[in-house]
Amino acid sequence: MAYTKRLDGRGMKEFRPIVAKAGVIKNADGSGYFKIGNTVAYAAVYGPRELHPKFLQDPSTGILRCNYNMMPFSGMGNRVKPGQNRRAKEISMVTEKALLPVVDLREFPNAVVDVFIELPQTDAGSRCAGICAASIALADAGIPMKDLVSAVSVGTVDGTIVVDLDYLEEAYECEQGVADIPIAYIPSTQEISLLQMDGEITKDMLVEALKIGEEACKEIIEIQKRALKEKYSVSGEGNE
Amino acid sequence: MGKLLVKERAVVVPGEQIAEGMDYLPAQGAYRKDDMILAGRLGLLTVDGRAVKIISLSGRYAPRRNDVIIGKVIDVMMSGWRMEINCAYSAMLSMKDATSDFIARGADLTQFFNLGDVVVAKIVNVTSQKLVDLSTKGPGLRKLYGGRLIYVNCNKVPRIIGKQGSMVSLIKNATGCKIIVGQNGVIWISGEPAQEVIAIETIKKIEEESHVSGLTDRITEFLEKTCGKFPRQEQQPFEGEQQMDGQGPMDEEQQQNE
Amino acid sequence: MNKKNPVRDHLLKMLDAGIRLDGRKADEIRTVEVTYGISNTAEGSALVKIGDTQVVAGVKLSVEKPFPDTPDEGIIMVNAELLPLSSSRFESGPPSIEAIELARVVDRGLRESKALDVKKLCLKKGEKVWGVSMDLCTINDAGNLLDAAGLAAIAALQDTVFPSYDGIEVNYKEKTGEKLPLSKTPIPFTVLKVGKYYIVDPLQEEMECFDARLTVTTTADGTICSLQKGGDAALTVEDIDTMIGLSLEKAEVLRNSL
Repeated sequence: MAYTKRLDGRGMKEFRPIVAKAGVIKNADGSGYFKIGNTVAYAAVYGPRELHPKFLQDPSTGILRCNYNMMPFSGMGNRVKPGQNRRAKEISMVTEKALLPVVDLREFPNAVVDVFIELPQTDAGSRCAGICAASIALADAGIPMKDLVSAVSVGTVDGTIVVDLDYLEEAYECEQGVADIPIAYIPSTQEISLLQMDGEITKDMLVEALKIGEEACKEIIEIQKRALKEKYSVSGEGNE
Repeated sequence: MGKLLVKERAVVVPGEQIAEGMDYLPAQGAYRKDDMILAGRLGLLTVDGRAVKIISLSGRYAPRRNDVIIGKVIDVMMSGWRMEINCAYSAMLSMKDATSDFIARGADLTQFFNLGDVVVAKIVNVTSQKLVDLSTKGPGLRKLYGGRLIYVNCNKVPRIIGKQGSMVSLIKNATGCKIIVGQNGVIWISGEPAQEVIAIETIKKIEEESHVSGLTDRITEFLEKTCGKFPRQEQQPFEGEQQMDGQGPMDEEQQQNE
Repeated sequence: MNKKNPVRDHLLKMLDAGIRLDGRKADEIRTVEVTYGISNTAEGSALVKIGDTQVVAGVKLSVEKPFPDTPDEGIIMVNAELLPLSSSRFESGPPSIEAIELARVVDRGLRESKALDVKKLCLKKGEKVWGVSMDLCTINDAGNLLDAAGLAAIAALQDTVFPSYDGIEVNYKEKTGEKLPLSKTPIPFTVLKVGKYYIVDPLQEEMECFDARLTVTTTADGTICSLQKGGDAALTVEDIDTMIGLSLEKAEVLRNSL
C-alpha cells in the first residue's frame, strides 16, 4: 500500500507553512526566528567576541561555535531534562558544519562567533529549523557570509519521496518503512552542507530525494531573505 | 558588458546577485562568482564608479587605525593600561602614548587612569592579530568625568554625527548636553538628567530610522517637540572638546539625504 | 559604598531629579504583555514581556510516585534556565546561583500560597500523583527577569490543560478539557533600594548598582506568601515596610495583565 496521500493533506513536495523573522532578540548581535509547521526555533548570534578558554583561539581565523538546545517542554511527549544531552551535542556539531562553508571569519582572529539555538516547541525537522534560524541570525549580525544556508528534511514514506516530514510521518508504520534525511543547502554553490539519515533507502531514491530537497531549499531561502529585508527596509523596497 | 541587477542603496542579503558581466568590480563586502557579483554580507549596496560595495548595517565594531573611540580601563599594568573598547579585542594604552609628562619608572599609574575610568582615545595601530594600540596624546583625547555611556550600532555612528558634526550638534544645542561619539559605537553624554534622557532617545531614534529619508527634519521636529524651541546657532565647543567629523562610508549617503 | 560604581553615582544623580536611566519615574513599570499558549507541546505555556525583557514559561504534567511524607499530594517542581541566547552575561552549563535563586523564589511563592491544590492532584494515594514541572526560559534579558518569570509561571499554569490518562499511560496527544486546580495568582514583585530611593522593574544596568533588593510575592487579597532579600546592604524595618507597600500596589498592575 503505497503512500499516496499525506497525513496532513500536503503535496508530496510541499513543505509546511513557514514564518521567518529577523532581529527578534534585542540583546543579541543578530537573531532569527523560524517556524515551519509546528516546529519553532529561535537563534541568537553573539560575536565576534573574545574567546575563552584561550587554548581554543585560532590566530588565523575566528571560530564558529553552535549550541543547539530544546526547551524542556518542547518535546512531543514527556518533559526533556534540561542540559545538553548527547543528541543535542551532535546536532550542535552538525549545525556548525552546515554553516561553516558560507561564513568567512578570517577578519576575526582569536575571536568566536557564538550561535545559540533554542526551540520552544517541536514537530520534527528541528535541526533544519535551527539551521534556517541560525542563518538568518548570522546575516542579521553582519557576519561576512557568501550566502545564506537553507535546510529541510526530505525522505521517503512507504516508497514515496516527500519533503519536510512531520512527527507523524517520521513515526509512520508502513511496509517499506520511512527514511528521514535532513539536508542543508547552499544555493549559490549548489552544495549540500548537512546530510544525515534515519531509515533505509536505495542509492537511486536517495539521489532523487536530494534533488527534490534542493528545489525545496531554494524556495525556503527566499523566505529567509525576505525576513531579513523586512527588518531592514521601511515600506517594502530598499530605502530612500 | 555589465548590468546592475539591484537598485542602488537597496538592502541586499548574503548570496544575492548584484551585477552580472565583467564591467563591475567587487569591492568591500561583495565577491565575484564566475560572471556574477554577489553580496558577501547583509548591507546597503553602493556603486562607486565600477566598484560595487556593500555597506554594513549591523555587526560589531572592527578596530581601525585613526578611529577616535571611547574605552574603559579594565586593567592597570606595569607600563600602561588595558582598555575595553566594545569589540572582540581589547586595547593597550602604553605609558609613552598616554601623556607627554614624564612618568617615573615604578610610579603609580592609577594616578593617571584607574580601573573603570572612561577615556577618549585614538587608535594608532592595529596588528594583523588585531592587537590594538591607543594614544591619548592629541586634542580632545582625555579621561571623561561623570556622565553616562550608551552603546549603539557602530555602523550608525556616521549618521549620528552627521555631516561635519551637524546631527550631533543639533542634539547638543537642543538638550544642552555634552556629547562625545566614539567610532566604536560608545557614546558619552553629560547634562541635566531629563535632557540626557531626551538626547539618548534621539540617538536611538536615529539608530532605528537611519535608512529612511528626511531624517534630519524628523529629528529636528522631535527635538523641538520634546525640548521646546531652541537657538539654532552653532554651540561653541567646550574647551578641549574635539568636534568630530562624520567619517566613514555613510558620508555619501548622508549628503544625498540632506 | 566601597566599590567605585560610576553608574550608581549617575543613577542617584538622576533620581535626585526624579527620573531613572530610561526616563521612567522610580515607581513606574514598563509595558507588560502576556501571551498564552506559545508552545503547543507544553501542557500549558505563556510568554511574558516586560519592556524588552522576555521570559517563556512551559508546564509539563506527568504521573509520578508521590513523596513518602506526602502520599496524597501532587508534586510541583520549578526550574529556571537563564539561556545564553538571552544575554551575553549567561553561559551554557549547569544552573548558576542566579538561576537557582530565581527558580526557588518562584517555587516558594507557588507552594506557600497553596495556589495549586496539591491534594486534587492525587490519583491514587501513595502510588500515583500528578507532577507539575514548570520550566522558565529567558528569551531576552533587559532586567527584572524574576518578576517576568513569576508572572509567566502563573500565566502558564492558567493555560494548562490535563492530558488524558487511562490509568497506565499518559496520552499527551489527547487533551481533556480540564484545567489545573489553580485558585490563586501569587505574583513576585521586586523592589530595589539605591541610596535613599526605591525603584521597581529595574533595567539590567540598574540591577548592577543597587544596595539591596526585596522580592515580595503576594496574592490578590494582599497576603504575602514569600519574601526574598538580596544585595550586600542591610534594610531597616521602615525600608521593608515601604518596599512591601510598593510591591502590593504594583503587583496589581502585573496581575491585571493576566
